[in-house]
Amino acid sequence: MQECGLVATDIACRRGDRILFRGLSLTLGAGEAIHLAGPNGIGKSSLIRILAGLLRPFTGHVERRGRLALADERLALDGHQPLEKALAFWARVDRAQDAQSAIPAFDFGLADLLDVPVRYLSTGQRKRAALARVAASDAPVWLLDEPLNGLDTHWADRVQAAIAAHCTGGGAVIVASHQPLALPALKTIRLLDFQA
Amino acid sequence: MTGRLWPIFLRDLALLTRGAQGRGGAVLPLLFFLAVAMLFPFAVGPDARLLARTGAGVIWVAALLAAILPLDRLVEPDVEAGFFDQWALRGLSEEVLLMVRILAHWISFAVPLMLAAPLSAGLLSLDGPQLLTVEIGLLLGTPGLAAIGVTIAALTAGMRAGAALGGLLAIPMAVPLLIFGAGSLQPGGEGGLALLAACSLVALAIAPFAGGAAIRAGRE
Repeated sequence: MQECGLVATDIACRRGDRILFRGLSLTLGAGEAIHLAGPNGIGKSSLIRILAGLLRPFTGHVERRGRLALADERLALDGHQPLEKALAFWARVDRAQDAQSAIPAFDFGLADLLDVPVRYLSTGQRKRAALARVAASDAPVWLLDEPLNGLDTHWADRVQAAIAAHCTGGGAVIVASHQPLALPALKTIRLLDFQA
Repeated sequence: MTGRLWPIFLRDLALLTRGAQGRGGAVLPLLFFLAVAMLFPFAVGPDARLLARTGAGVIWVAALLAAILPLDRLVEPDVEAGFFDQWALRGLSEEVLLMVRILAHWISFAVPLMLAAPLSAGLLSLDGPQLLTVEIGLLLGTPGLAAIGVTIAALTAGMRAGAALGGLLAIPMAVPLLIFGAGSLQPGGEGGLALLAACSLVALAIAPFAGGAAIRAGRE
């Protein structure tokens, strides 16, 4: 796994005319996991998008090392395609060596669903498909926005195990979630502490 | 870079020609184009001379309207589904992605249109030389129409009633192409083709940057 990490310095986020949070700094290194915690509307998703470089912070800046993979509420899989083909599209874009690697190293229980069109998947299955896309992208830094939403307890545990395994393998993960996470070596950042 | 763009181009092309996710595909604009050419003689009567004089203009109006039909499906679904976010994370710029999309859009709507133009020409009793000028004009003008279409689609992505607004915005921008395209068929209007090509080039040069800025602004 290549060197990877994120350093965010003095981030403030403005949505409309409201400052959601300010003065937030974080450092993420290889093998680490950070949990962004806080109630709905506090700016977890906005922070994830700022860290991903999709949203400009109101102040502050973000340095990124290593490629990023993002799973948020937007699935980015073609609804009419069978799951296997939809995932294979990203494998081709990411130049994975062969079609096999479209199926990620971690088991998200999608083997039986590969010929099902994406639009027929349930909420939890779609979530797992998005995580499979992230895992298959081979990017060291994962940004996950509410990855446990819609998952039953079994898959919530399995997904957390996959996140832990990714960290053990030298990857880095930031999880935004209002739910408690059970991950080893987890740093928690409470966005309420930075509320403007 | 090109290795990553190839699968994206193939996906764009497949979605725009075959149609899926509510995209109509290439068939709908084509049928629309032929329907206009077919309806016009019914409306103005079967006078061959009148048809031949006005027919080229009708073909151009039909082509323009056919280009507007797929506008709301050109960019919006991919912004909505997060594809542009994922491409941005992979370091692919919106400008390059939109160039790819303009090419795919051109192939999916303009090539069928040019193939159908002889049929329309028959319905409107255009003669051989006129048809040739129409075909050359379409070849030069449709890249501009495709570029304008993708620009407008990127600008209106994420807006409510973006489809109706897109059509209204595209029509004035396409007027120069219409004037020079139809004008090239008037006696002594051959110079119109050069101006048509110039308009097309301007639209092609601006479109990726205007559209890319629009998609980035839409994220805020």
